[in-house]
Amino acid sequence: MRVVVLGVGNILMSDEGVGVHAVTALADRYDFPECVEIIDGGTSGMDCLDRIADADLLLIADCMRKAGKAPGDITRIADDEINAWFKTKISPHQVGLSDVLAACCFHGMSPKKVVLVGVQPASFETSMELTPAVAAVLDQVVARLVAEIAEMGVQALPKAA
Amino acid sequence: MSKRITIDPITRIEGHLRIDVEVDNGKVSKAWSSGQMWRGVELILLGRDPRDAWAITQRICGVCTTVHAITSVRAVENALNLEVPVNAQFIRNMIAAAHALHDHIVHFYHLSALDFVDVVSALKADPEATSKLAESLSDWGMNSKHVMAQTKEKLATFVGSGQLGPFANGYWGHPAMKLTPEVNLLAVTHYLQALEAQRHASKIVTILGSKSPHIQNLAVGGVSNPIATDSQSVLTVERLLAVKEHIDALAEFTRKVYLPDVAAIGAFYADWTKYGKGITNYISTPDFPTDSKGTQFMVPGGHIPDGDLAKYKPFTQFGDQYLRDGVEESVKHSWYTYSKPGALHPYKGETTPHYTDFQDDGKYSWLKAPTFYGKRAQVGPLANVLCGLAAGHQPTATYANQMLNTVSTLLGSKVGPEILHSTVGRHAARAIRAGVMAEVLGQNWSMLIENISKGDTTTFNKPVFPKGEVMGFGMHEAPRGLLSHWTVIKDGKIANYQCVVPSTWNAGPRDENDEIGPYEASLMDNPIADPEQPLEVLRTVHSFDPCLACAVHVQDEDGHEVVQVKAL
Repeated sequence: MRVVVLGVGNILMSDEGVGVHAVTALADRYDFPECVEIIDGGTSGMDCLDRIADADLLLIADCMRKAGKAPGDITRIADDEINAWFKTKISPHQVGLSDVLAACCFHGMSPKKVVLVGVQPASFETSMELTPAVAAVLDQVVARLVAEIAEMGVQALPKAA
Repeated sequence: MSKRITIDPITRIEGHLRIDVEVDNGKVSKAWSSGQMWRGVELILLGRDPRDAWAITQRICGVCTTVHAITSVRAVENALNLEVPVNAQFIRNMIAAAHALHDHIVHFYHLSALDFVDVVSALKADPEATSKLAESLSDWGMNSKHVMAQTKEKLATFVGSGQLGPFANGYWGHPAMKLTPEVNLLAVTHYLQALEAQRHASKIVTILGSKSPHIQNLAVGGVSNPIATDSQSVLTVERLLAVKEHIDALAEFTRKVYLPDVAAIGAFYADWTKYGKGITNYISTPDFPTDSKGTQFMVPGGHIPDGDLAKYKPFTQFGDQYLRDGVEESVKHSWYTYSKPGALHPYKGETTPHYTDFQDDGKYSWLKAPTFYGKRAQVGPLANVLCGLAAGHQPTATYANQMLNTVSTLLGSKVGPEILHSTVGRHAARAIRAGVMAEVLGQNWSMLIENISKGDTTTFNKPVFPKGEVMGFGMHEAPRGLLSHWTVIKDGKIANYQCVVPSTWNAGPRDENDEIGPYEASLMDNPIADPEQPLEVLRTVHSFDPCLACAVHVQDEDGHEVVQVKAL
């Protein structure tokens, strides 16, 4: 069993970095068994290829702009929906990630399951802070990630405060 | 009749690029290169502790993480006149060289090979003939008939699945595709093997940098890796031995696969040594320091005016005056305003956005237009290799000769370094530099081990920030060329910070004198076989290694979009 939690985004562009903030918080707050790898991927794509390859679960946290959603709304998509999502070209990281996933497929090393937990952004302004609307849901995003990992039968252990 | 083609980005990550060309009689007659993302990182840094700048600047770009980190600490060290323990130099050098190899290999196999390689054609290849061809080029152990047949099978499954992802938009069957099915299969096989090579490079960066893609081990004044021979938590002999295994594997792939592949594919596209020259005023920085002051370097760099190697003038140390005093940036055609007319030196640089629409004769880019003593300059592995040749740098000469000899043999006629000033030449230069990087990587490992065995485990000198104002700049020969960070520090806080990145040099718009930049110049006269599929434009732009994939929108004369082609 191998679970890879990948946070993507640019932390210099406020809500764009929510995926990175989420996995950083996840790693700060919980201990995981060795089968879980948490990667702060930033906006890097190919750098992460060998670590994503052959994972049983690739769990991606990212910002995700979707019509009709309010800032801070959380959306979950999985597997086939992910390919469709990338075709709509709304996530800023689709090139990096979709290239990496296609490369994995070519190699015959696709992750068995891919889940994306996305947060609707309010702003991409140059800033290292999340906007209040997105910062307010960070705990929920972390909880969603923990739940997805638990689905795979892997328990997160809260760190002592 | 002229036709306008716009190649527009689909991501917002750094390197975000739009290219417009006008095509007349099947050739590019005008070109515009436009950076489409506002990069305000300089403003985020104002007022911050200079010791934190590196961790922030490595977030500028997802591809060039470590290089911004290294350049940033060098800028602050230059401002403080701070020496760096040689152990720290060796560790930084290894990270930089491993990162460069990762970048060059990924760039060739994953990002630009598809401009030249027709993946579907590989399905028609004969594995035995492919294997023979491969074995005539190199003694790499993974070129057997069996391996080629396996790749072909894998490829058939992948193509048969219909889930091609981004590959679905490759320009397969395009008239400008020239490789035989066997060369295509060879390239696809090595594309798959490049993944393993890439893994070795990331492992080196991860072990030494404590984490990747964003390294954690840098510090102004050195690195934070404590060295100990007997502790588990630090850089131990055991870990260093693991690094060595990855170095050897990476070096073998570079020499036996990457270099011969570029020579073979380049020889098939010898036409492309006639296009893409552009600006031949080259600058590159010496790098891989072996002393604490940054005056002794393993790879030279400097200025080559007019493509004339005889006029080479080296930069000799960190903080080099000739480099320092020559750089200016113009915003006449960029979406910024300055508080006074003319170009500005980076120490006086201003970052005040002023967005207009895309104006062909006015402002059209978020990139500034840098000049070196008033002239545009091309940066990148080509500039670095030319400086190496001009300086008589032995490793550069060795790999350049090897490349040119292989190409000469394949072509059946002798070619010299003059072919390097071209679209295909930039790929060749990148592979030559990769050969040099593989040597640099191994040598730094040996120097580190030797120094530790003498009992020197120092990795850090504490920085002290004076009252008042100091300024400095850091220089680094990054995978895409000369990178510099310029900072002014006042009472221990950042008062100005400007990054002059390789893509700014190469992809910058017209300058103060309305002169076109290197990307723009390199596109002039490129043939365009089919404006609906402007593969040739991508070839030339990709030869500079811009960080990303682009989407191509082809517009008709009225500016209406008639077709959209996603390009790799």
